[in-house]
Amino acid sequence: MMQKVFSKPQALKDCPTHYCPGCGHGIAHRLIAETIDELGIRGRTIGIAPVGCAVLAYDYFDVDMVEVAHGRAPAVATGMKRTNPDKIIFSYQGDGDLAAIGTGEIIHAAHRGEQITVIFINNAVFGMTGGQMAPTTILNQVTTTTPLGRDASKQGYPLQVSELLTLLPGTIYIERCSLHKPALIRNAKKAIKHAFELQLNNAPGLSLVELLSPCPTYWRMTPVKAIEWMENEMTKVFPLGRLKG
Amino acid sequence: MNERILMCGNEALAEAAIIAGLDAYFGYPITPQNEVPEYMSKRMPEEGRVFLQSESELASINMVFGAAATGKRVMTSSSSPGISLMQEGISYLAGAELPAVIVNVMRGGPGLGNIAPSQGDYFQATRGGGHGDYRTIVLAPSSVQELVDCMPLAFDLADQYRTPVLVLADGILGQMMEPVVFNKKPRRKLPPKDWALTGADNRKQNIVRSLWLKEGVVEQHNYDLQAVYKEIEKNEILCEQYEVDDAEIVVVAYGIAARIVRGAVNKARQEGIKVGWIRPITLWPFPTEQINKAADNFKIFLTVELSCGQMVEDVKLAVAGKAPVVFYGRAGGGVPTVEQVLEKIRQLTLRPENII
Ligand SMILES: Cc1ncc(C[n+]2csc(CCOP(=O)(O)OP(=O)(O)O)c2C)c(N)n1
Repeated sequence: MMQKVFSKPQALKDCPTHYCPGCGHGIAHRLIAETIDELGIRGRTIGIAPVGCAVLAYDYFDVDMVEVAHGRAPAVATGMKRTNPDKIIFSYQGDGDLAAIGTGEIIHAAHRGEQITVIFINNAVFGMTGGQMAPTTILNQVTTTTPLGRDASKQGYPLQVSELLTLLPGTIYIERCSLHKPALIRNAKKAIKHAFELQLNNAPGLSLVELLSPCPTYWRMTPVKAIEWMENEMTKVFPLGRLKG
Repeated sequence: MNERILMCGNEALAEAAIIAGLDAYFGYPITPQNEVPEYMSKRMPEEGRVFLQSESELASINMVFGAAATGKRVMTSSSSPGISLMQEGISYLAGAELPAVIVNVMRGGPGLGNIAPSQGDYFQATRGGGHGDYRTIVLAPSSVQELVDCMPLAFDLADQYRTPVLVLADGILGQMMEPVVFNKKPRRKLPPKDWALTGADNRKQNIVRSLWLKEGVVEQHNYDLQAVYKEIEKNEILCEQYEVDDAEIVVVAYGIAARIVRGAVNKARQEGIKVGWIRPITLWPFPTEQINKAADNFKIFLTVELSCGQMVEDVKLAVAGKAPVVFYGRAGGGVPTVEQVLEKIRQLTLRPENII
């Protein structure tokens, strides 16, 4: 008799994704789906897809989902959670979505201590629109709108939103993880699960997990080089670990 | 509650929304509608419902979007500059076919303008306002009682057609006090919200979205929306007419302007001038046929607005060249007096040939 030791999470549909080879979005999806399965909350979860490469996340997650305007997910999540306190609400947002156009919404949702879970994908570029600079682009990083590399005197420094959010009393848990090594991925899973559990237990405030995520396509690197770059460069600017809670 | 009580328009519309079953209100303060969030902040918690002051109108409308997506009755209110900020969200509501009510207590513009009454947002309200090929139902009450009566209607229309509905008031209507009765009229039979996001508990996943990348899908989605708009145009036009049949001059006005026009028309009638009025209550769908029919026997149409002339374009389209259409209005917070409108009516009786 053969024994099944591993399978696709129920909260993920059985279909290929549109993500590029080496992209981190698929891994992040899987970790969230596993969490939803393990906590048994598929029937009460509502997910919010961002505008960005993950805009079609509802094609992959098999839970109720909404797609919202660029950056507005935390406001939409607020409207949902306030009127449905028994539901588990999570937003899934890129660094353009959360750290550029949606900065106001995330800061105020955090500031009010909304009881939602935010999964923040930091890939240091705008993926969907073709690899332009994001607020999280690191210094000297070449993007399609920083052809000479990001220059602090012209484009400012990389924005560390997670650190910023730790200052607000409304946030209860913030952790930065990375998806570039199996051990780190296991740790990311733990963080995601913890963030969902806090909401499940009505913990008073917002929880956020930042995931450093490879984008070989717009970093113009092979997937292997991209992982090396994360290890050697990106994690220096965005140090991993529990920032709060 | 069947007794008459004296209330200002802003508070009255808030109470009417609560009676209509409002689950949540999200808003950001702006004059001249601050009484709405203030009233809601007290009354909604009393009813065990949600009130939240947002950080911006951008956030308000997206909070509305979130609550609407879960099937709740939800509204926001603001005034002109705030409504401009909401246009992104209104377009998304239209695209995602979500019901919601948005109240605009209009003030003078453009820009920050002033806090005086205005009807300068007619184009924005009746042409969609945000990006894309869509319409919103627009209700334009002209008294505090009518404001009260149109709130339950706005929610029912939103739910029935799955569309955002705008209630267009102005600084006077919001601020002035009039006696009102809160009637509990029988409600429409509404379709179940089986599309709402409530958690996929023993059912298939629901998705609320406005994006479809596959070729032709958004094109078809647009045609589906247009079919709904056709249905709304067929069923939901509201307008009031007064002494139009024998009139030689017909004044067209909505909202607070119609109140001024009513006074002017009554005085003109006393002077023996054959004048009547038509008052659109829905600005979209617009009472095109009613106005066109009134133009069959040659008349002069005078449109009076608190703007430089916006609805007058719809009146011209409705009249379709059958008769002359003249405009009189004051903008940027200026309010025409009864005497000014009367004088305009008198001029039209003296020298109609000049306008033709
Ligand atoms: C209002 C608005 N402005 C701009 C865009 C174009 N746009 C789509 S996705 C995106 C950036 C996405 O980057 P990010 O959030 O980092 O997600 P990623 O694609 O990298 O996963 C932009 C600017 C838009 N859809 N809406």
